[in-house]
Amino acid sequence: MTNDNATAPVAAIWRGGEPVYDRGETVCVIGAGASGLAAVKNLREQGFAVDCYERETAVGGAWNARSGRGPAPASTHLITSRPCAQFPDFPMPDDWPDFPRHTQMLAYLERYADHFGLREHIWFGTDVVRVEPAGPEPSGVRPAGEPSSRWDVSISGQRGGSSRIMRYAAVVVANGHAFLPNRPSYEGLAGYRGQTIHASEYQGRSQLRGKRVLVVGAGNTGCDIAVDAGQVVTTCWHSSRRGYWYAPKYVLGRPVDQLAIRVQTMRLPQRLRRALTQRALRLAVGDLTRFGLRAPDHHFAESHPIVNSQLIYQIGHGGVVPVPDIARFGRTDVTLADGRVIEPDLVIFATGYVPTFEFLEPDILKTGGGARPRLRWHLAAPDRPTLAVVGLLQPDTAPLACAHWQSVLFANWLRVLDTAPERAREFWDRHAGADERRYHFAKVSDSPRHRFEVSHLVYLRALEQALNDLEAVK
Amino acid sequence: MTTRGVQRTRVVRPIECTQPPASVRREVLAARPEVENPASPPVLLVPGFGYGAWAYAEHWLDHIAERGFAAHAMSLRGHGRSDAAPDADLRAYVHDVIQIAAGLPRQAVLVGHGAGALVVAMALSRYPARAGVLVSPVFGGFGTALSLLRRNPVGAFPGLFGGTVRLGPRQLFSRALSTASAREYADRLAGPSRRAQRALVRRQEPERPVGDPPVLVLGSPDDRMVARTALEQVAERYGIAPLLFPGMGHDLVLDARWREPADAICDWLLKLP
Repeated sequence: MTNDNATAPVAAIWRGGEPVYDRGETVCVIGAGASGLAAVKNLREQGFAVDCYERETAVGGAWNARSGRGPAPASTHLITSRPCAQFPDFPMPDDWPDFPRHTQMLAYLERYADHFGLREHIWFGTDVVRVEPAGPEPSGVRPAGEPSSRWDVSISGQRGGSSRIMRYAAVVVANGHAFLPNRPSYEGLAGYRGQTIHASEYQGRSQLRGKRVLVVGAGNTGCDIAVDAGQVVTTCWHSSRRGYWYAPKYVLGRPVDQLAIRVQTMRLPQRLRRALTQRALRLAVGDLTRFGLRAPDHHFAESHPIVNSQLIYQIGHGGVVPVPDIARFGRTDVTLADGRVIEPDLVIFATGYVPTFEFLEPDILKTGGGARPRLRWHLAAPDRPTLAVVGLLQPDTAPLACAHWQSVLFANWLRVLDTAPERAREFWDRHAGADERRYHFAKVSDSPRHRFEVSHLVYLRALEQALNDLEAVK
Repeated sequence: MTTRGVQRTRVVRPIECTQPPASVRREVLAARPEVENPASPPVLLVPGFGYGAWAYAEHWLDHIAERGFAAHAMSLRGHGRSDAAPDADLRAYVHDVIQIAAGLPRQAVLVGHGAGALVVAMALSRYPARAGVLVSPVFGGFGTALSLLRRNPVGAFPGLFGGTVRLGPRQLFSRALSTASAREYADRLAGPSRRAQRALVRRQEPERPVGDPPVLVLGSPDDRMVARTALEQVAERYGIAPLLFPGMGHDLVLDARWREPADAICDWLLKLP
């Protein structure tokens, strides 16, 4: 890869009175979590120079529990079984358990970074402040009149220091979507005198001991915390708004996601496959309304599955009491939707996270008004195809595989854009239909929590087709 | 590099999720260079069917380490001192290779001999190796089976049905290797699993490698198992010509002039971009 830097004097470009350091054909990656690492590796594999910026001092992103920003409390195990949780081209050791601990996940990501020599491309402790389309190029670099497809990235050190602007050929945003807590609003919450925390502030059981705890949210995190609480506290209420499917971690002695994929890849009509899955779950779990949980109001696979073997057990032992949605908060009590009044000491909101791209103008990712970004393949803005978001989706399983193939597709696409821009544009336009697709067997509910939900099989098949289509125009 | 054959990139492999090969203990022998050069990739040596890590431990392992590479020789499941695996298929062998490779500190060079070269070629399409080296590659096929049958009908016939193919010393080695050594090596061979052996009756077509690694193909025109045309066909898949060592037998790893192919591989590795 040639670097324009080497020949052109760097201070030839200025932006708002600041020098712009032109990094030539280098690609910028924001974040060194699982998705960012995959992006660095796959861009390097396609021959690109890469500058990756990570605000923490270590790799791992959401799995880096030390950062205090990750969504992984100390007791977390994966809910995805090992073969579905790993990068497709770098397996975890097969003597690891079916559901590795989160510390193993971090160790795995560190090994991935070392194995492929990624650390030398990562600038740790560095914040990305702004990402803007590059200003007009000095004459001779690009044909005059063509809008620049390049990006000016402002970075600054975590411990202060002046910021500087770097110019990149392309940007991969892999900042994750699980670090800005989603805090719901309730009537009377402001006047509530008890302690309230978000799940991201949950440290472990010692925080709960001897308290009456209300856990809000029946997602996987909410269920994990409720199970934790059920073992140490006097009373744990667990509030959920709707009925869900609770899958155990094992069905018929196999991890449940492996069984689900097996059914999903059977050559049967979708309705039959769904009936088969639901039948297997009913056999394994049974009727949950007996436990005071609500019956699911949707078909299985229409929302992100909840995988937890211990919740039902804890409910059965009286450690966890399922309750409906919260109606309002009083000064010291909480009124539930069914009129019951409870008095918890600690309320934990396991209400998820909201993705945020504070360094980007909202119109670039089409996030205006808080709507989900409208991206082609959940990957790149249709009109600015040199900016990609990797890992901003919630597949039913195989999240790392999705991030891996996303970055492979984007790296290949940049390569073709470089060598055959005409054919690359044709390819891009031909796939305009990908913007509206939901990548799911089922009709997915449109609640904010399900914004990025895809079936990994449907999604990866679409990426496979795009990748091979791209291969053909190379 | 362009690869002939299957061009499609395969993204969806549900079977790897739903039916992962069983975890087994695998034998790995290692030899480290006296002075570690961080720029030199680790080398993983994969033996052919019937062989174990011992075959490389005879000469190549130490020699490659002396040339400055951290060298590792493994036994596929059911071979050498790895756990027994009577039902193993090619996919399980490929899994073994990738497990060991991914456990090494840096991106590894995969070297395979005989049918082990086929396993390596298949592993290359799943793991982005630093480079791939195929030594006297056996990709299977009716032609190979027929020529084996013609040369050694009694030993090769059971192979058609997944039975053990018994190879005579003179099928594997040149006359330059003493009869005693040749017989000793041939006697140490133990068969692979029936399923893996049966898979070789059909010609296997590995998918193209991921990450576009450089590939080297070595062989001998006087190989009594892999015909020269078969060798060239394999090399052609990777858009290259095979490196030839006339006068040597099929087993470039243990034959009398083992040093020449080993040095050729090291020289090639030192020149990697």
